[in-house]
Amino acid sequence: MSGLAAGIRLAMYNKKVVILEKHTITGGLNSYYSRGKRKFDVGLHALTNFVDPTERGKPFNKLMKQLRIPYDEFKLHPQNYSVIQFPDKKLKFTNDIDFLIEEVKMNFPQEIDGFMSLLAHIKNFNEVDLTNVTVMAKIVVKNFIKNESLIEMIFCPLLIYGSAWENDMDFSQFVVMFKSIFIEGFGRPAGGVRTIIDLLLKRFEECGGELRFKSEVTRIISASEKVSAVEINGSEIIECENILSSMGLPETFSVLDRESSHSPRVGNLSFTESILITDKKPKDLGIEATIIFYNNRPEYLYQKPTTLFDRESAVVCFPNNFTHDEFDEGVLRVTNIANFDLWNEQKQMSSDAYKESKNEVFNQSLQILKNCGLGTADKKFEILFKDIFTPTTIKRYTSHFGGTVYGSIDKSRNGTTHIPGLYICGTDQGFLGIVGSMLSGISMANLHILSRNL
Amino acid sequence: MLTNEEVRSKVLDIIADIALDDDVTGLKDEVALREQLDLDSMDFLDIVMELKKRHKIEVPQEDYTRLASMQSCVEYLAPKFNA
Repeated sequence: MSGLAAGIRLAMYNKKVVILEKHTITGGLNSYYSRGKRKFDVGLHALTNFVDPTERGKPFNKLMKQLRIPYDEFKLHPQNYSVIQFPDKKLKFTNDIDFLIEEVKMNFPQEIDGFMSLLAHIKNFNEVDLTNVTVMAKIVVKNFIKNESLIEMIFCPLLIYGSAWENDMDFSQFVVMFKSIFIEGFGRPAGGVRTIIDLLLKRFEECGGELRFKSEVTRIISASEKVSAVEINGSEIIECENILSSMGLPETFSVLDRESSHSPRVGNLSFTESILITDKKPKDLGIEATIIFYNNRPEYLYQKPTTLFDRESAVVCFPNNFTHDEFDEGVLRVTNIANFDLWNEQKQMSSDAYKESKNEVFNQSLQILKNCGLGTADKKFEILFKDIFTPTTIKRYTSHFGGTVYGSIDKSRNGTTHIPGLYICGTDQGFLGIVGSMLSGISMANLHILSRNL
Repeated sequence: MLTNEEVRSKVLDIIADIALDDDVTGLKDEVALREQLDLDSMDFLDIVMELKKRHKIEVPQEDYTRLASMQSCVEYLAPKFNA
């Protein structure tokens, strides 16, 4: 997705640009697939950074303007509300920060002043300044809030919706996530992630860009200290001036034709997901929430589990529960943090055991749904279809080492590498989510290619 | 030879495409564009690039401030359009 956005910007200004896509559909970490008549989104639970069309200067508006795609075409619909559900407390939030402020006031009255000061600090912080130094966010937040539960609850959605680091993140990243989730909020385009991808593809085509499917970059070739070409599928060579790579940092380095003293680390975080299609919709079973951030421990463990997947925390998403519901059936998605290495080992050893483990993920998702109030005796539903994906599925479709979704622990914040002409965009440049990935593609194309040729 | 009015119209076409969610019909020529429209530095870069792409007009970085208002745009760009 970052590659498409970058491609549009370059093609708009008459650069000769080709996008090389390994697969037969575009989107990378945010894509889609079909099973029978049903179509499923991968990655996208919700679009963050929801903005009212009348608001100005927000990341989403900037993005649309840079790509010349009118706001209406994204057909965005806001969430109902979301819930952070811990063992003995729940915090609800909507796309209006005042709602969350009231929730904090009600559940943590002694912390409201600290929360308001934190909010003011966040609002005044310039999170996109590329010169910001790395400071761990929990250290900063603890200056404002003392209650550990509240800190864990605030971090929970922000970590699982975008941190490549375990249990904490850089404060700039925290502010990006806080603004995009708690202040701006969630929305979903009618038609899901396909609507966005189709818009980007159409725009890229209008601008005269070329897109090649089934074209895996197998080597990045450099000559006289600068990139000179890429090799596709182990054979064809395309010469080029610049490369913007959205493959990920370790993945990009692995196809360089020269040794590097620096080897970016592979992230630790991967996921399983159960997708259930049901005869009843969540709202028919009394569930109006759009997303539930479920955690069954006092603290929130955002880390690589020592088991195949973490049974005690999950994100439960109900795509029916945005203000626009295009589905004929109920759609329930339960996402758990998972351990890539264990899944990979198991898959290679025995396909029966792998299947059995997938079944276990599914059964646990039913239990988690129950704990969220769905599927109990009075709220029963029939499952019409189910699909479960694991970290190895993610690796297969995204080619991200370790099945990571938020990429490497090492980011290239300004997008540069040690090789002139080779730039990083997407997850490993450090902007996250769908909106972040598009912004990444745009800003890297602007910074490294367009503004240098003026 | 383009009149100032024609130059203004060409610049307005560019701005309208960039600030695609803003209404540009009532722009005041003497007031800074930034004060009337949702434009940031990335968008001004786009104005410069569109001028080059559509009209082969180059605006060196030290002259970017000349694009601040419609009036200063026309004053600065009219000689370039007519060069």
